[in-house]
Amino acid sequence: MKRELIFITVIGKDQKGIIARISNAVFAHNINIEDLNQKIMGGYFVMTMLADITDSPITISQLKKELSTIEDEMHLKIQVQNENIFRTMHRV
Amino acid sequence: MEYSLEEVMETVRMTLYHNFDIRTVTLGINLKDCINSDLDIFKDNVYDRVSGYGRRLIHEAHELEDKYGIPIINKRISVTPVSLIIEACEEVDAPLEIAKTLDKASRDVGIDFIGGFGALVQKGMTRADKRLIDSLPEVFSSTERVCGFLNVASTVSGMNMDAIIMLGKTLKEIADRTENGIGCARFVIFANAPEDNPFMAGAFHGVGEPDFSLNIGISGPGVVRSVVEQNRDCDLTELSGVIKRTAFKITRAGELIGRELAKNLSVPFGIVDISLASTTKVGDSVAGIVEMMGVEKMGAPGSTAALSLLVDAVKKGGAMASGNVGGLSGTFIPVSEDSCMNEAVRVGALSIEKLEAFTAVCSVGLDMIAIPGDAKAQTISAIIADELAIGVINNKTTGVRLIPVPGKKAGDYVNFGGLLGETYVMNISNFSSNDFILRGGRMPAPVTSMRN
Repeated sequence: MKRELIFITVIGKDQKGIIARISNAVFAHNINIEDLNQKIMGGYFVMTMLADITDSPITISQLKKELSTIEDEMHLKIQVQNENIFRTMHRV
Repeated sequence: MEYSLEEVMETVRMTLYHNFDIRTVTLGINLKDCINSDLDIFKDNVYDRVSGYGRRLIHEAHELEDKYGIPIINKRISVTPVSLIIEACEEVDAPLEIAKTLDKASRDVGIDFIGGFGALVQKGMTRADKRLIDSLPEVFSSTERVCGFLNVASTVSGMNMDAIIMLGKTLKEIADRTENGIGCARFVIFANAPEDNPFMAGAFHGVGEPDFSLNIGISGPGVVRSVVEQNRDCDLTELSGVIKRTAFKITRAGELIGRELAKNLSVPFGIVDISLASTTKVGDSVAGIVEMMGVEKMGAPGSTAALSLLVDAVKKGGAMASGNVGGLSGTFIPVSEDSCMNEAVRVGALSIEKLEAFTAVCSVGLDMIAIPGDAKAQTISAIIADELAIGVINNKTTGVRLIPVPGKKAGDYVNFGGLLGETYVMNISNFSSNDFILRGGRMPAPVTSMRN
């Protein structure tokens, strides 16, 4: 079966618990974290998480809804996108 | 496969802050097999075909928006030129009835614009073509979503001046019957119209196309403007490279989503149109890119050169990214739909003559320009002829979307609403070309058409 990979990206003010809360939400739906990067860019906390959603019972849009609670509570911008879009744009 | 954080964030930032999107997905639909000499059966066939595929298009496009997190701004349909499919109907009101059917089918499934209510008359008109042209004022005043076109010139056939004479009057009639002349915004007059253009108002599904064809328009100018902004000090060679790389990325994204959408709809993928299309959003403006390059206001000396660099760089990046570049693939310079263009008109930096000069280096012509409501029909015809001559001689597509706004004079403000934007009425020449235009006939195809 073809693996379905997604990128979860977060932009916002640095604060305690961002990675913890997102990791927990992802873990709860059987989504495996494959890679994680974080950095402070231009004063903002930025994180990219590559995750495997193949075995998860939920869809990208359901995951987005779930993460939107964290987005609102922690005043972050969270994007969830299929990995293909990054491969298409950044790899020839 | 590994990605740097910067690469991932580049795409994310483009989406969040610079209007990175898919500007349009347009499903071309053949309606020739819906033809029936019984108008009621014919209408039912058209309704079922358009509404059925329209519903699926919207559903599948939403699914992909969720999957990739990239908005697909417009989901539209183009159909076989309607003049062709009404040939067998005797009813005088057949064009209007088909237009209303297309309008209803689109409204019922949430398609905002449907293109193809038009004809190809560059060399002459059939009886059905004439009936369709006669119906235009009634069609645009009694429908909301139907878009139309008329191809009245081509490099291989020359210019049908008799049709151009008719259109001067027709545009005024459409304008008189719709608020602020807005019906004219849904009607494009072309030279060398492409058969697979996904952008409204001029989209239609040409006779060389298969039963279905999914065509897409890449992201708009906002993304390009932001990279120009980030490269304020580089020279124009480097700037061209920067734009080229961005165009490559957004074209690749467009092709990915277009191909997947076509596959999910079980229809052939058609083309990627790499035209940059402005919206009324601040920053999402082609004129904004030119101004960001260092031209004080669009229309100032240097704007044509800047625009030519932009269009060329986008083409180079786009052509490397997709093997199926097609449609118009120039750059749109609509006035009312582009906030910086409007401001340039307001302050007097931009004239119709300069807009005409722009179209020598880009698509797609004199677009969404408000002119005084008392403009003479022959003057409108002459403006159309000038613009189309550029297309005919240079073997490229040019188009005209003029709006003679009833009761308004040069400098007056007019709001068309929503996607169509707002603008100021532009001044047109008071000198007459009546005697030239009223000669009529067909301007012969230019010598450049003899290529065999």
